[in-house]
Amino acid sequence: MNDKPEKLIDKKGLRLDGRKADELRPVKLEVGVIPNADGSAYIEHGKNKILAAVYGPREVHPKHLALQDRTVMRCRYHMAPFSVQERKSPAPSRREIEISKVIRESLEPAVFMEYYPRTMVNVFVEVLQADGGTRCASITAAALALADSGIPMKDLVVACAAGKVEDTVVLDLMDTEDKLGAADVPVALMPNLNAVTLLQMDGTLTHEEFEKAVNMAIEGCKQIYVMQKEALKKKYVNVTEGIKEEAEE
Amino acid sequence: MASIVTRVKKKQISELMDKKKRMDDRDLTDYREMKIEQGIIERAEGSARVLLGKTEVVVGIKIEMGEPFPDTPNDGVLTVNAELTPIASPKFEAGPPDEMSIELARIVDRGIRESKTINTEKLVIEPGKKVFVVFVDIYVLNHDGNLIDAAAFAAMSALLNTKMANYEIKDGEVQIKPGYEQLPIRKHPITITIAKIGDKLVVDPSLEEEEVMDARISMAIDDDENICAIQKGGSGYFEPDEIFEAAKIVKAKAKEIRKKMNW
Repeated sequence: MNDKPEKLIDKKGLRLDGRKADELRPVKLEVGVIPNADGSAYIEHGKNKILAAVYGPREVHPKHLALQDRTVMRCRYHMAPFSVQERKSPAPSRREIEISKVIRESLEPAVFMEYYPRTMVNVFVEVLQADGGTRCASITAAALALADSGIPMKDLVVACAAGKVEDTVVLDLMDTEDKLGAADVPVALMPNLNAVTLLQMDGTLTHEEFEKAVNMAIEGCKQIYVMQKEALKKKYVNVTEGIKEEAEE
Repeated sequence: MASIVTRVKKKQISELMDKKKRMDDRDLTDYREMKIEQGIIERAEGSARVLLGKTEVVVGIKIEMGEPFPDTPNDGVLTVNAELTPIASPKFEAGPPDEMSIELARIVDRGIRESKTINTEKLVIEPGKKVFVVFVDIYVLNHDGNLIDAAAFAAMSALLNTKMANYEIKDGEVQIKPGYEQLPIRKHPITITIAKIGDKLVVDPSLEEEEVMDARISMAIDDDENICAIQKGGSGYFEPDEIFEAAKIVKAKAKEIRKKMNW
């Protein structure tokens, strides 16, 4: 794992895993995977394997956090010790605490928070395997879990990163590209509202490259959005078919 | 809590902004008055105090010897920490760092790290074994909004003021020699925060503006006008065009400030 590849992009413009610059990794989504949760979803994005579960709206704990005019959303992003090459301590790192915050802030604009005053909505994200872009995949899954829980939403939230590898702006960086690349720009979007709810960047980009990267990430988000809606419908198609079968019996 | 007072205030602030005005008479793209003092803590290897309006932040730099990270044996180490001291605001409590102080530290960290401000290769004493560790400790002393920019300016000013001990290696032991050397700094990132209130973008939000803002975006700009770090915060959103507009404002503002700073 430690041998660094010489070239991240070959002469034909293909990346380490054979993708073109503006191509996403394969994405697989499933809704309603944790029976105990009010809403849940699972995402495989490249080699990322991430579970998201939503509990709530429910009683606020501790009580003093309660708000009189809307619900309180809390979010915990956590990586399993076995999710990365070197075992990660299960205690929350500073990175995980920051990511929990930005994930929460990326989801809040989508939820009608004011419908549930004096309650709490907990969003839990567990990264079982990490492969670069975990915060984006987490947001995509967490938004599905929120929708699955039935809480009213203005739109789904979908996230995808773009970045710069060698001299090329590329979509959806995988682990090696993220570590060796020049920049990473994760973006979360509510596609119907044209609203960006997460934007971060590290690395170095010119203003032109930055605009290109944001636009590319938005296009990536829109592609995943289609899959997200499919995954949500799929669960409820199964449910309605189940009801029909019962009715026929 | 979005109390009634906050809503009234938001209306008041938004109505002023429609006339391109702010509560404290600034233009939408004006900073509050900024004062920077360097070398205020003699015990620290470097230090600076930044006053941004009534916001006050002190940064102290300590340098110690330590081990490099296994994956970067030929680089010194940079560690940024932020303390929101309880003297700075009625809302701050003593205790372990919360997500607000962790985010603040990590934004300042990224601005310095991603722009490659410190030449960390020059902090190596023995590759893979011994390096200098630069501790940047951000101390918030009064919170009146825009801690991010105040902390980033204070950190950069403190780093520029930092002196490292001279040393020599005798019989495999590190020995401190008299005299000091300047910390090797090669870039001077400027971090600028823009708040979105309604459909308006304002530079350097004050505390009352932060309390009513929809969201904020902070960008670090390096000496070559490249963007080297970004963080969106707050529970609202930006439309893509607003982001690009913010990037333009930041670019112009960074240029203007850089001239004044003589960096």
